[in-house]
Amino acid sequence: MTPESFLIITSLLKIVGILFIVILPMVSYAVYAERKVSAAIQDRLGPNRVGPAGLLQPIADMFKLLLKEDFTPRAANTFYYWLAPCLAVMPAIITIAVVPFGSTLFGVPMVIADVNVGILFVFAIASLGVYGIVIGGWASNSKYPFLGGIRSSAQMLSYELSLGLAVIPVFLLVGNLRLTSVVRYQIEHGWFIAPFIGDWTNPWKWLLTIPMIVSFIVFTIAIFAETNRLPFDLPEAEQELAGGYNTEYSSMKFSLYFLGEYAAMITGSAVIVTLFFGGWHLPGIPDGSHGWIFGLINIAVFFAKVAIIIFFFMWVRWTLPRFRYDQLMRLGWLFFFEIALVNIFVVAAIVPFIQ
Amino acid sequence: MAITVSRPKLNWRERLYLPAIVAGLAITFKHFKNLLLGRTKVTMQYPEQKWDGNLPDYYRGAPALVRDEDGRVRCVACQLCEFICPPRAIKIIPGEIDSTDRFAKVEKYPEAFDIDMIRCIFCGMCEEVCPEQAIFLRKDYAITGFTRADMVHHKEKLLEIGGVMHGVVLKWNKKK
Ligand code: SF4
Ligand code: SF4
Repeated sequence: MTPESFLIITSLLKIVGILFIVILPMVSYAVYAERKVSAAIQDRLGPNRVGPAGLLQPIADMFKLLLKEDFTPRAANTFYYWLAPCLAVMPAIITIAVVPFGSTLFGVPMVIADVNVGILFVFAIASLGVYGIVIGGWASNSKYPFLGGIRSSAQMLSYELSLGLAVIPVFLLVGNLRLTSVVRYQIEHGWFIAPFIGDWTNPWKWLLTIPMIVSFIVFTIAIFAETNRLPFDLPEAEQELAGGYNTEYSSMKFSLYFLGEYAAMITGSAVIVTLFFGGWHLPGIPDGSHGWIFGLINIAVFFAKVAIIIFFFMWVRWTLPRFRYDQLMRLGWLFFFEIALVNIFVVAAIVPFIQ
Repeated sequence: MAITVSRPKLNWRERLYLPAIVAGLAITFKHFKNLLLGRTKVTMQYPEQKWDGNLPDYYRGAPALVRDEDGRVRCVACQLCEFICPPRAIKIIPGEIDSTDRFAKVEKYPEAFDIDMIRCIFCGMCEEVCPEQAIFLRKDYAITGFTRADMVHHKEKLLEIGGVMHGVVLKWNKKK
């Protein structure tokens, strides 16, 4: 087999494997998990009728949504109205391509596309997700979706900045934008959330922890805003806007929005894990070059970490009330932007001492 | 007159939001953990567990017609319940009792007695107004059906739900 065909076949296998075996079931079970977690937090039981412990609920939900009438309002702009849900779901799924979800398996690196612009690709594609919402809100030709779309664009604009600035410290340390190098660096120098691990005596490493945690907090909050999760779900705002941008949608188009939101949450968590929690690395477990079993464990570790972050997302959602629109803007522009900016200089000042 | 509501001055720790957020997260996590450990009392699982044994005697469930000790349908088709029923759920067709019968000319009887359970609001007016104590609200509450027609209780069904009831009002048989 030539190297080219080997590359094509393994890439296809990875795409099919990661998309259909991991991401899509994970999306539907994230919905189930969300309902279970919210139920537990509110002292309820959640779905428990379909299958054991309600485990078949996502499948039943899917059938329900498939059988619903796919309604297009007469006043809507049909082309964009149909396009918008696809735009909402695609970027979230495409982003996963550059995230390394494992070390190697039989010598094949477990990342679909190890591009050298890694994080830029993530930002570029993930921010396309807002078009799904804005176009959907506009094309519905109705008040509430329109307001949702406007809010969404303003919110994205304000948080994209802090999102970008918050990760610069990471790349100041790593030295390039490739996400696999971020993971490599963390394996050698400790996870970015706790850079002192393995280098306990170095005071600079301890000092570095503070800006890294700030960076992590800003980044995570910006991801919350980016994925429209509570406390920043203003575009959706069920109680104010009756569902916001998706008010006019029904059937599979609605479920595409729904899946898009959860897919975005999963990729967001995957990026957080990669940048701050050492990706697929767990201290003491070697990478896939020591045997395929370790390769599999690495993949499992990665998705376990992602699951923990997703749980955190849900936990926050069922704890905090929604921010008011002006509070959201103030927070984005007056706090996170400045904090992230100052943080870059702090890290830049520390970097020379730890290399 | 406009009143200015004074807002509490927050100190820097409160203005940071984060301590409050963490406290909130801790509370919700406590609930989460308690439910997972089975310490939370959750609501009754309805179709499997029921409260039927504990329903009070004055419970207002589905209205039903009753028979007396002698097995006679108590209703005399006076139609008072039909007139009082707020959502007009009851429809009665009164019939004349056969002339050979002991009670001919004394009483009427309901040829048809339908209660549309889609309309019924379980108010109990029919029970209250009935001069013969012929209609009672029983304890059935899970009234279901696949069609609208299924939801109309006919006379047989009403008598079946009602069963026998001993009351103070006696029909003509004692006076004759
Ligand atoms: S149920 Fe009572 S109120 Fe109604 S028609 Fe019969 S006797 Fe009259
Ligand atoms: S309970 Fe009320 S609503 Fe129902 S049949 Fe009797 S009077 Fe009508």
